[in-house]
Order: sequence, then C-alpha cells, then structure tokens
Amino acid sequence: MGHYLTLLASNIVVNNFVLTRFLGLCIFFGVSKSLNASIGMGMAVTSVMTLSSMLAWVIYHFVLMPFHLTFLTTAVFVLLIASFVQLLEMIIKKHAPTLYNMWGIYLLLIATNCIVFGVPLINVENNYSFLESTVAAIGAGLGFALAIVLMASLREKLRLADVPKALQGLGIAFILAGMLSLAFLGFSGMISV
Amino acid sequence: MSNIEIAIAVIVVMTLVGLMFGIVLAFANKKFYIEINPLIHIVEDILPKGQCGACGYAGCMAYAEAVVINPDVEPNLCVPGKAPVAKLVAELTGKAAAAVEPKVAFVKCAGSKSKAKKAYEYKGVGDCQAASLLQGGPKGCKHGCIGFGTCVKNCPFDAMTMSDEGLPVIDNKKCTGCGKCKTVCPKDVIELVPIGIHVALNCNSIDKGVITRKLCTVGCIGCGICVKNCPHGAIKIQSNLAVVDCEVCVSVCNETTCLYKCPTGAIKNSINEIEKIDKPSTVAAKAVNNNTLSN
Repeated sequence: MGHYLTLLASNIVVNNFVLTRFLGLCIFFGVSKSLNASIGMGMAVTSVMTLSSMLAWVIYHFVLMPFHLTFLTTAVFVLLIASFVQLLEMIIKKHAPTLYNMWGIYLLLIATNCIVFGVPLINVENNYSFLESTVAAIGAGLGFALAIVLMASLREKLRLADVPKALQGLGIAFILAGMLSLAFLGFSGMISV
Repeated sequence: MSNIEIAIAVIVVMTLVGLMFGIVLAFANKKFYIEINPLIHIVEDILPKGQCGACGYAGCMAYAEAVVINPDVEPNLCVPGKAPVAKLVAELTGKAAAAVEPKVAFVKCAGSKSKAKKAYEYKGVGDCQAASLLQGGPKGCKHGCIGFGTCVKNCPFDAMTMSDEGLPVIDNKKCTGCGKCKTVCPKDVIELVPIGIHVALNCNSIDKGVITRKLCTVGCIGCGICVKNCPHGAIKIQSNLAVVDCEVCVSVCNETTCLYKCPTGAIKNSINEIEKIDKPSTVAAKAVNNNTLSN
C-alpha cells in the first residue's frame, strides 16, 4: 500500500508530467485561460489517461509481448488511444449528457496529445504491474490537473495586471510556467521510485 | 524469426488490432447513436448568432436546443432578434408568441470629464473593471461611469462609441438591447430602457444630495421636484435617486414636465434619439414632443 501511495505522490508532485517532464504543454497553455475550463480539462485528461493506460497495459502484455512485437508499441498505442477517446466520447454522450456538456470539446482535443500518449508508454517501459500502471496514470492525471489549475488561477489574476505590451498573452504565460516549473523542480529527488 | 516472418507478423497484428478497434467503434456508433432533432438546426439558423447570451443560454445553439426540447422555454427570449425572430421561433416550435418588448441600453451617467470631479489620476490598465478595483475608480463619484469603455469593447453589435467627453454613446439604431454592456459594467451604470420612454434619469449616484452636488454638476440630488411635477406619479425617489416607472412613462405621459423642472438637469430627454426609430407606439409621442420643441 505504501508503495502505491509513494508512486501516486511522486507522479502528482515530484515527477509532475507537465512541470518537470514538459509533456502536454500545448493543452497546458491552450486551455489555461479560465479556471472552469481548466478544471474540466484536468478531469478529462485524468480519466482518459487512467483508462487508456489500463487498456494499453493489457494490449502490451497480452498481444505485443507474446508475439515479440514490442517495437510496435508506439504505433499500436496511437491507434488504441485515438479510437478509445472516440469510444469514450460516444459512451459519455449517450449515458452522461451533463458530463458530456462539460467535457465535450476537451475530450477530442486530447485524442492524440503527448501526455495521454506518453504516460502509458512510460508505464510499460518501467515494467509496472497492472495496478502500478493504473496508480501511476491516476497520479500523472492529477498532477496535470494540479498544474493546469494553478496556471489558470495565475492567468486569471494576470488579466488585471499591468503586463508590458511585449509580454502580453502567451509571453508572460511562458515566463509563469517557467517559474512554476522551477518551484516544482525543487521537489526533485524527494521521492525516488 | 526471419525478417519476412516478422514483417508478416507485423502486418497481421496491426491489421487485426486496427480491425478490432474499427469494429468496436462502428458497433458503438450504432449502439450509442443519439438522434438530434433537425428542428434545432433550423431554429439556430434563424437566430441572429451574435452569441450575446441575452437569452440566458451559453450561445445561440444552446438556446435553440433549449427552446426546441423544453416546452417551458419561451420563444421570445432572443432580444437582438426582436419580434420577427420570436415569431418565427414560435411558429417552428409551436409555442404561443408573446411580444418582445424592444429595449435599448441607456447610460445612467452624464458626468463627463468637464462635469464630474476626479479623485485621483489613474495610470493603470485602461479597463473599467480594473480601474474600479482601485478605490472604486478615478472619479470622485463612486457610482458614475468610469469611462474606459469596457462596454464599448464588449458590444457584439458595434453599437457603442466613446465620446471625447469620456462617456459611452449608444447608437440606438444598432443597439439590440442584448445587455452585454450592462453585464460587464462594474458600476451597473447601464440600464435597459424600453424604446419610447420619454425621460430617463442620467445619474446613478445614491449619495446624499450635498455630496453628489460637490462631486458632479449634473448629478441627481434627490430633491423630489420631479416627483411633485409628474402628473402621473411615474417618478419616485429611492435612495436619493429619482426612479422613473417606464411603463407609465411610455404609455400614459405626454407632457415631460419633469424634464423642465429638474434643477440640475439630471433628468434628460436624451431618449429623443431613441424615438427616431419609428416604432408605432412612439409615433404619437414623437408628434407631441416635436410640438413642445417648436413652441
């Protein structure tokens, strides 16, 4: 149990995928303009990443490993995640319309995003067990949600700040992300998994 | 395994995996198919697509969906579309059409640069919402228009401009009464008034008369002269402000006595502009107004 908690905490804070591994930066900057949107995005990424990570583990261990085709991992995972996101969209649209209204646009945005793709890939490379890989994916998703919510809160405040003209918009956002990242890098080495 | 065997295995596995996902998706598409009422798209086409949100929904699409699906949603909620759109939507959705009361935005402040005192020199972001955070804005009067034109920037129909005197001017012919400017104004200085109203109060200050007088030469001091002079009882004093009952003013009054009696000129006939739009209900009023002006 302790091991899983460490893994979770490590992926949320210490090895935060956005701020220390720099994955998923496009949605990190694209959807962090408002707090509400960023919360929806964080939830969508967490759930998609967890489910696709579980599926990817199954495919990797029961299809690719037995046939010695592990060099196909990248191609198969792209296929898997792209179709899985579509499937998820249909299911949510049918059975949870409120959730769909909240997630609708974000779900398809993350269909082939690097963080959604990177986490299952890193999980199989680390030879995680099924449970470990699930926990790691939840942690990575929560870490992403934390980062994007922090960023959105900062950017909402920034709207009222007197930013020099040359830095307005994305410029100041990049600087902010750098500072956030520096702060998160301070955790590095605290938990080693 | 030789290279050829590996190549064959790759092709077979990728094809199978791809086929499997394809079949699952095709199956899911049938199983989770949701029928969308084609009427929704027709209704959406009729709406003006300013995406102003005056109807209370997130956008024109959201309103179209609500008005088609939910029988309790009124067909006349689209303010920019006015009566023609309401009528069409009502016909399409089979609901009884109620009249849309045409409204336009009206700025309840006449405290231009020369008339209202400044409290301090503001050098920050040129935005009313930001400026209002700093001691309620740079003007001495904390209820009046700040004058940075946040409403002008947010008008979806290009109906507002900023005058040289630092007050927003509304083009009543372009104004659809969507109320976007009212929402973004941190001082709540913009009001939606019905077209055809004769007089309106050009002041938003709830300060006592003495204070208002010190800060602005055209503010309403709450003296109540207008109340005494209105023959129809359409004006009341509420928290040091004269409040005009629009309904009475539009339908009953022809005299606009209050206008000439106001000592500070806070009650204005700036609605003259509005009356230029030919609305059947205001033609009579317009004639009367022209008579008084020529006298």
